[in-house]
This record gives sequence, structure tokens and C-alpha cells, in this order.
Amino acid sequence: MDVNFQFDWSAAFGSIPYLLPGIPWTLLISFGGLAIGFFIGIFFGLLRISPVRWLRWPAVLYVEVFRGTPILVQVLFIFYGLPQLLGGPINALVAGIAAIAINSGAYISEIVRGGVQSIERGQREASLSLGLSRTQSFRYVIWPQALRRMIPPLGNQGIISIKDTSLFSVIGVGELVRQGQIYIATTFTALEVYFMVALMYLAITWTLSLILRQIERRGLAGQ
Amino acid sequence: MTSTQSPIVRMQQLNKHFGSLHVLNNVDLEIVPGEVVVIIGASGSGKSTLIRCINGLEEFQAGSLDVDGNQLLPNGKSSKALQTIRTEVGMVFQQFNLFPHLSVRDNVTLAPMKVRGWSRQDAEETAERLLERVGIADQADKYPSQLSGGQQQRVALARALAMEPRLMLFDEPTSALDPEMIGEVLDAMRELAKEGMTMVIVTHEMGFAREVADRVIFIHKGEIAEQGPPEQLFDTPQHERTQSFLARVLKH
Repeated sequence: MDVNFQFDWSAAFGSIPYLLPGIPWTLLISFGGLAIGFFIGIFFGLLRISPVRWLRWPAVLYVEVFRGTPILVQVLFIFYGLPQLLGGPINALVAGIAAIAINSGAYISEIVRGGVQSIERGQREASLSLGLSRTQSFRYVIWPQALRRMIPPLGNQGIISIKDTSLFSVIGVGELVRQGQIYIATTFTALEVYFMVALMYLAITWTLSLILRQIERRGLAGQ
Repeated sequence: MTSTQSPIVRMQQLNKHFGSLHVLNNVDLEIVPGEVVVIIGASGSGKSTLIRCINGLEEFQAGSLDVDGNQLLPNGKSSKALQTIRTEVGMVFQQFNLFPHLSVRDNVTLAPMKVRGWSRQDAEETAERLLERVGIADQADKYPSQLSGGQQQRVALARALAMEPRLMLFDEPTSALDPEMIGEVLDAMRELAKEGMTMVIVTHEMGFAREVADRVIFIHKGEIAEQGPPEQLFDTPQHERTQSFLARVLKH
């Protein structure tokens, strides 16, 4: 074994043109999935805190199933399993977005539930005492405050989901990791290429962190 | 007090339980328009629960409750009447409960716009007038967290008054305030009483009670133990429980 192995910077930089086309796919899958996951999360999160018992249990079931199984298994199930039911292949991009959506939806529904339940009881009492209906109380008083409290955990979930898309190289979606693997197959420069792949994830997640910090700062200014 | 007027609150044989705890026991209470009623009693005696029944924040299990012609039914089975009552009855809470995400002005205009359907302009004019009246017109653009406790409670008062209530409930409005801020809130309430607002006040401020109340009610273990004009209740309490309670709270 060659212990004098050197990190080959030219190989690292040389991989950039091959990796860059993966970034739009990574972004498309993560943000497409998260956008749908956000609505799934609101839907099940609100069901979960419904006063009606039989509305709560589907939400509990949803969260337990999709939080309790690995996202890799979920995407394999969608991409390889579902076509057997549907009788036709599923586009890998669609499968990836769907997996992020259902998976992040489970976590986001817990974030929504926690956010709404964290609002002090007095807020609801004050709004009802002013004559607002339950719906108005939720819409104008509870939800805007809950949404603000949800921003940090939502950002967290966004970063987790972005990284989760790296698993989708297994279904052949041309995202970052997949692009790297294709390149390594011809150049055998795994160290350099995976290093660059990691840097690109970091660039995406770090940018998101900075944006979220700005939103948080602005959102909390009014409190 | 013109006791010939028909009462705005008529409570008959009201009973409330929290599990095995009997919080309100056969409470009869009538309040006429313009009357200022102060409710006193030890903590846990049921006085807060009593006024929270009037606007349906607490349900009761038996008895009847009529607020301004709207019948509240036991176990919360009266959502339509409840809605009407809440638009006619204002409440000020111990913890202020202002909406932290809204400016002072928006705290005051929210309910008139959404419930009464007023235009923004009408609601803001009313808000300005009310904030002026409680002495904080210059804070309208600030957020609640930027105000002192006393200022916040005065905003809460303005917010409730913006709905033009026929009756105001006060649930220990000065108990969460620093001592130096109690006066400003009591002053605002005193003004309101002078203008003829019907008020039901739960408080530990005995001096204030003596000064503004038309009637003082002493509650003990969920029952009205004694009631009467302030001079009578404070100076010559008849019930032994009233005597020992007053001896405890008036000592300091």
C-alpha cells in the first residue's frame, strides 16, 4: 500500500464540472419534497391535536410509520416496489421527491404539533373572550405565533432532508453523490471527489442556515 | 344603584366540579347594569372560576346562567349563546395575555375588525381614543414585550373595551404587577367604574374594593359566604370566615 499518498488537488478541482450538474437535482429533490412535506406536516400535525379522537389516530399512525422506517427503505419501496402495484415504472426524480415529502412530512407534523401546543393557554382564552371564533382564534392569534416558534426546528428538518437526498444515488437519480460515483468509476479518485461532494453539501446547508438565521432574526424582532 | 333594573347576569344554583372537587356550590348571583361587584376570598376559593363561568371560559355542570338575555347551558352545550356573550362581555386577565406578535394598535383593533366587521379606519380611530384614555397613545406602534407590566395591562383593558362590552370581568388584574405599577391600572379601572361600566372584579386590593365597589362578595370554598356594601362587609363582617379572612389580609 502506498503510504505516501498525496491529496491530488487537480483531481479535486477537475471533478467540479462533473459534480455541479448534480446540485440542481439535489436542490430539486430536497426543496420539492420539503414543500410537499410542509403541507403534509401541517395537515397531520393539526389532525394530531384535533379534539376529535378518531381524527387524531390517522395522524399518530402516519407519524409512527414514516418516522419509524428508514428513508432508504421508503425510497426503495416507492421506486422498486410500487411499480409492481401500478404496472409501470416510476420516474426516479418523482420517487425521490415523494420519499422526502412523506418522510419530512412525518417529522414536520410533530414540529407543527409542538409549535401549536407551545402557545400559552392564555392566548386562546384572551382571543375567545374577545368574541373571536375558534377558527379566528387559531388563524389570527395561535398559528402566527406557532409558525415563528416552528422556524428553528423546520430549518433543522430542511438540512436533514437535504442530506437524506444523498441516499437516492441508489435509485440512479443524478444528484450530487451519484454524479461523484460516476466520475470516480473512471478516475479512481475517491478521496478527492468525495471531499468535493462533502464541500458542496456543506455549501448548500450552510447557505440555508444563514438564510434561516436571517428569517429568525426578523421574525423575532416583533416579539 | 337602581336595583329595579333587570339583571345583566343572573346565576342560579350554579354548580361546578373539577373531578371530585366541588369548586362552585349552589351559587346564586345577580348583577344589575352599572353595578361594580368585587369578589374576594382565599386562593382556591373558586372566585376566579366563578367569573370565568360568566363568559364560558369554564363550563359548569348544573344550574342556570343568563348573561344579558343569553342562556348558557351546563357542560358547554351552548356555542351560539356563548359567542354572543363573549362579544358583549370583556375580560382582563391576571397575566395580561396580550398578543405578542401584534403591535399594541393591532391588539386593540383585531377583534372589532374580525368579530364586529369594522373597517380598519374605524377600528384604529377607536383604538387611538381608548389608548389615549388609558394613557398609552404614544405606545401604539410598539409590541407588548416593549412595555412595562402596568402598560401592558392598560393595553389589555383598551383591547377589551374596543368591543364596547356591556360588562367587564377582571380576574386579579394587578396580581402579576410590580407594586409601583398597581396604581396606574387601578386608576384606569376607577375611571371606568365612574363612567358607569358594569364590572365584576376579583382582586386582593382591599382598599380599592372598599373605594369602588357597590357590593363586595366573600367566597369561601365555592360558596358565597357573605355579601354586602363594602363598609358593612369590611367593618362589620357577620360570618366568622369573613372575619378571619379579613384579619389575615388586612394585617399588612
